[in-house]
Amino acid sequence: MKVIIIGGGKVVYFLAKTFLSKGYEVTIINRDQDYCERLAKKLRATIIHGDGSDPYFLEDAEALKADAVAALTPNDPDNLFICQLAEQKFKVPKTFALVNNPTNEWIFQKLGVTKVISTTSIISSLIEQQVTVDDVTNLFPIDEGKVTVTQVVLTEESPVLGRSLSEVSLPYDSVLGSVIRGDEVIIPRGDTRLLKGDKVIVIALPENQAEVFKVLLGHEKEGVR
Amino acid sequence: MYILIVGCGKAGSHLANSISRKGEDVVVIDNREEAFNNLSTEFTGFTLLGDATEFELLKEAKIDNADVVIATTTDDNVNSMIAQIAKDIFEVPKVLARTFAPRREKIYNQLGIDTICPTTLSVTEFEKAILD
Repeated sequence: MKVIIIGGGKVVYFLAKTFLSKGYEVTIINRDQDYCERLAKKLRATIIHGDGSDPYFLEDAEALKADAVAALTPNDPDNLFICQLAEQKFKVPKTFALVNNPTNEWIFQKLGVTKVISTTSIISSLIEQQVTVDDVTNLFPIDEGKVTVTQVVLTEESPVLGRSLSEVSLPYDSVLGSVIRGDEVIIPRGDTRLLKGDKVIVIALPENQAEVFKVLLGHEKEGVR
Repeated sequence: MYILIVGCGKAGSHLANSISRKGEDVVVIDNREEAFNNLSTEFTGFTLLGDATEFELLKEAKIDNADVVIATTTDDNVNSMIAQIAKDIFEVPKVLARTFAPRREKIYNQLGIDTICPTTLSVTEFEKAILD
């Protein structure tokens, strides 16, 4: 696999290092000559000193043969244009744009960039996942939150303890994907009994989430999207 | 007509002065306060300080009411992004972006952005002057 990374800093360095260790062919484009020279000494990657949003340097990086281009500069307009250039002119199958301003996430998608990475959104959702209410953890949203996957830990107050799944009436548009009991993972069936301490993976539409929590925990918990 | 000009450098301010004199409504955005010193006393429009790649600022500038958006900042990619937001998200009828690099012009056009490239324009004029 051939990957072209445009950008700098430690993220790009360690990303390139990781890709190289997996045997990928890595090319890095950066505007700063010193950075390029330092990188060239440390990495077995092709380093190009130049403006990654200039078609000339992408051509130099053999973008036509690239499987992926990642635009990771601190400037959102540069990242947008790099991805558009890579897709339109060089027909690169996968392009990734970093957005520094999280508002740009949907703007980039609207303008045709398929993979948009917002560090702000990722970090904030990771923090939310970890610090959410004790017994409910939002694992991940699917397709921008149209479906959510949540983990619920059954406490002793849960009204469903000891009952089999067929006895528990869950709302429509929700399903229990699996039950994690200690080290054991159970794909639940109608006769699966729910026990205290079970981690139940709930797949549901966001609007039904609260009701599922009520059934499983006996009280309402607000889900975080 | 409401004309939104992004970038109040030499070209942007000159254009703003000239269109404002003709009686059109003009708003100019720049992220450097001193850039607005380029505007003449004839300029009767409004100025807005800030980064025009920030969506909120464009909304504040009422870009959705604009008849024309001109992107003339010093950064080609900023111009391209603003032009695309104006055209594809706010459906502004007429959008023009300046690009300094002729190499980029073709891609901009492929993205549906109308461009003005000062380099190409001056080369054409120079050629005319030399060969005529």
